[in-house]
Amino acid sequence: MTLATFFVQCLNSMQYGLLLFLVASGLTLVFGIMGIVNLAHGSFYMIGAYLAYSLTALTGNLFVALALGLVLSLIFGYLLEWVFFSFLYERDHLQQVLMTYGLILVIEELRSILIGDDVHGVAVPAFLAGSIAIGNDMLYPVYRLFVSAACVVLALALYWLIRKTRVGMKIRAGASNREMAQSLGIDIGLLYRVVFSLGFGLAVMSGMLFAPVSTVYPGMGAQMLIVCFLVVVIGGIGSITGAFVAALLIGFVDTFGKVLWQEGAGIAIYLLMAVILLVRPAGLLGERAMR
Amino acid sequence: MIFDSAPKFRLAFASLVLACVSGAAQAQAPSAAPLKVGVMLPFTGTYAPLGVAIENGFKLYVQQQGGRLGGRTIDYVRLDDESDPSKASENASRLVKRDHVDVLLGTVHSGVAMAMAKVAKDTNTLLIVPNAGADNVTGPLCAPNIFRTSFSNWQPAYAMGKVVASKGAKRVVTLTWKYAAGEESVRGFKEAFEAAGGKVIDELTVPFPNVEFQAQLTQIAAAKPDAVYVFFAGAGAVKFVKDYAAAGLKDKIPLYGAGFLTDGTLEAQGDAAQGLLTTLHYADGLTSARDQGFRLDYAKTYKLQPDVYAVQGYDAAQLLGAGLVAVKGDTTQRDAMVRAMEQAKVDSPRGPFVMSKAHNPVQDIYLRQVKGHENRVVLVAAKGLADPARGCRMN
Repeated sequence: MTLATFFVQCLNSMQYGLLLFLVASGLTLVFGIMGIVNLAHGSFYMIGAYLAYSLTALTGNLFVALALGLVLSLIFGYLLEWVFFSFLYERDHLQQVLMTYGLILVIEELRSILIGDDVHGVAVPAFLAGSIAIGNDMLYPVYRLFVSAACVVLALALYWLIRKTRVGMKIRAGASNREMAQSLGIDIGLLYRVVFSLGFGLAVMSGMLFAPVSTVYPGMGAQMLIVCFLVVVIGGIGSITGAFVAALLIGFVDTFGKVLWQEGAGIAIYLLMAVILLVRPAGLLGERAMR
Repeated sequence: MIFDSAPKFRLAFASLVLACVSGAAQAQAPSAAPLKVGVMLPFTGTYAPLGVAIENGFKLYVQQQGGRLGGRTIDYVRLDDESDPSKASENASRLVKRDHVDVLLGTVHSGVAMAMAKVAKDTNTLLIVPNAGADNVTGPLCAPNIFRTSFSNWQPAYAMGKVVASKGAKRVVTLTWKYAAGEESVRGFKEAFEAAGGKVIDELTVPFPNVEFQAQLTQIAAAKPDAVYVFFAGAGAVKFVKDYAAAGLKDKIPLYGAGFLTDGTLEAQGDAAQGLLTTLHYADGLTSARDQGFRLDYAKTYKLQPDVYAVQGYDAAQLLGAGLVAVKGDTTQRDAMVRAMEQAKVDSPRGPFVMSKAHNPVQDIYLRQVKGHENRVVLVAAKGLADPARGCRMN
C-alpha cells in the first residue's frame, strides 16, 4: 500500500465512520440516553430511504424532500412514541425488544404493500454529483464528503444540545432517575416524547441523506441496525462523544479489515466489540452499565 | 339359510364389485388425475419479483398448451421459501411427504436449491431448478431426477473471460461477495481469462451482504488494472455500479460483470450503468420469432415485461412437458420420462438449447451492452457453452 493509498483509505474510514455516527445518532438518543432497546431503528432508517425515493420523485429536488421529510418525521415520531413507546420506559428490556421487533415486521410488510419489493435509486443532486481528485489517480465523490460534513455538524449540534442546554440537562436527569426528575417538576412524559421524535427524525434523516449512496431496497434496515447497536454499545450507553469515537473506530476497523484481512473482514468489527467490552464493560465512555 | 346369509352375501358381492370398479379407476387415475407441481419459490422478500416471474413464465407455457402438459392438467402447490436456507429442507420435505407433489419446481436462492436437491435425491422426486446457479446442483449433487433450465454460475463468467481477453486486457482485478455464487463466477472468469494469456492480479472480496465498497474501490484504483470483473446482484449491484461511477473509475478502468450486475437494476442505476458490458444467456433485442412471440404473450397475459427469470420458468414447463408427452402423462415411467427430458431440444425464447449430461442447459451466452433501460445483445460471446460439471458422477 503506497502512502497515497493509505491516506485515501484513512479518508474512507473517517467518511464511513462519520456516516455510521449519523445513522446511529437516533439510536444513541433512544437507546443510549433514554434506555429503550429500539430494534426498529433500522426500519426507521429504511423509512427515511424510501421517503427520499418517493418525495424526490414527487418534488424533483432532494433538499426539498429532505425538508419535507424532516417535518413529517418529527410529527410521526411524536405520534409513534405516544402510541407505542410511552409505556415502555418502565418495562423490562424483553418487552421493549418484543414491541420494537413487532414494529419491524409491520413496517416491512407496509413497505412491501405500499411501495413494493423492487430496488430503487435516488439521484445525487446535480451540484453535488461531481468528484474531487485526490492525488493523481483517485477521485472522491463529492456527495460523500458532503454527507460527512453534515455528520460533523450534527455531532456538534447533538453534543451541544445534550451537554450544554437546560433541555439536555433535564433529559439526562430523567434518564438517570425518572421519579426524582418528575418530583422536581420536570414533565418527563412530554420531554421523552420530544426526544424520541428527535431520535426518530435523526434516523429518518440519515436514511434520506444517505439514500443516493446506499440505494433503496428491502431489508436495508437490518444490516444498518446491527452496526448501529455496535456503535452505541462500544461507545458506551449514555455518551454522545463515546458514540462518535466508536463510529470512527468501527469505520477504521471495517475499512482496513477489508483491505488487510479479507477472510475475516466480516467479523472484524464484532471482534472489536468483544475486545472493548472485555476491557471496559460499560463501553469506551459509558457512564453506566445497562440496567 | 340363504336368507340368513343373504345380507353377508350381498355385502361380499358389493365389496367385490366395488373393488373391481376402484381397481379400474386406479388403472386410469395416473393419466386422468392432475399432475401436482410443488412450486417452491420466494414470494416475499428481496427475491419476490424473481419468484413471481418464474411462476408466471411456467404458467404461461401451460396456458399456451391448453392447460395440459402430456394430457394432464396441473395442480399447483405453492410454497413461499422466503429464500431461507435454514427452512428449505423442511419446506421441501413438506411438499413431497405431506402434499405428495409429483414434481418439485424451485428455486431462486442457491442455498435453498441445494437443500431441495438433497430432499429430491433422498425421496427420488423429480426436481426442476428454474434459477439457482450454484455449480454443484449439476456438479457433485447431480442426479437423474434433477434438471436445471437456467444456468450455472460458471457459464456467463467463462464467456466473459473470453471476451475480456479478446479486448486485449492482460491484468484484471476481480471483486465480489465472499459467498458461493461470487466465488464460482470469479473461478469461471479466471479459467477462461488465464487460458487466453491474461492474469488475474488480485481477487478482492467483500463479506456478504456488506455493501460498503469504498475500501476495495480504492484498492482497485491503486492497482491500476486493465479491467475489472465483478459479480454482484440485486441491491448490491445497484450500489456497486453507482459507487464505481462516483469514484471516477468508470471511464478509467473498464468494468465487466456477469449479467446480473445490470439485470432488473437499470432503472435504479441510471446513468452510471450506461454502456456497461455484461454476459448472460438472455438479452434484449433478440430477433427470433420465438422470443418476440414470447414477449408479446407474456406482456398480454401479465401486463409486465418478461425477464430472464420468466424465460427460465417458461423453459422449465417446456422441459417438463417434453417429458410428460413422451410417457403420455404416466409419471410412473420415470426412466422413460427422464430420458425424454435429457434428449429434449428446448425451443426457448433465449434460443434453442439441449441438456448436458449433468442436466444443465448447453446454451449460447450473449454479450450485452446497457442502452437506456435495456441490455441489448451485441454478439454471441460463447456458442453452445456447456458447464464442465466437475464432480458429477452420472452415466
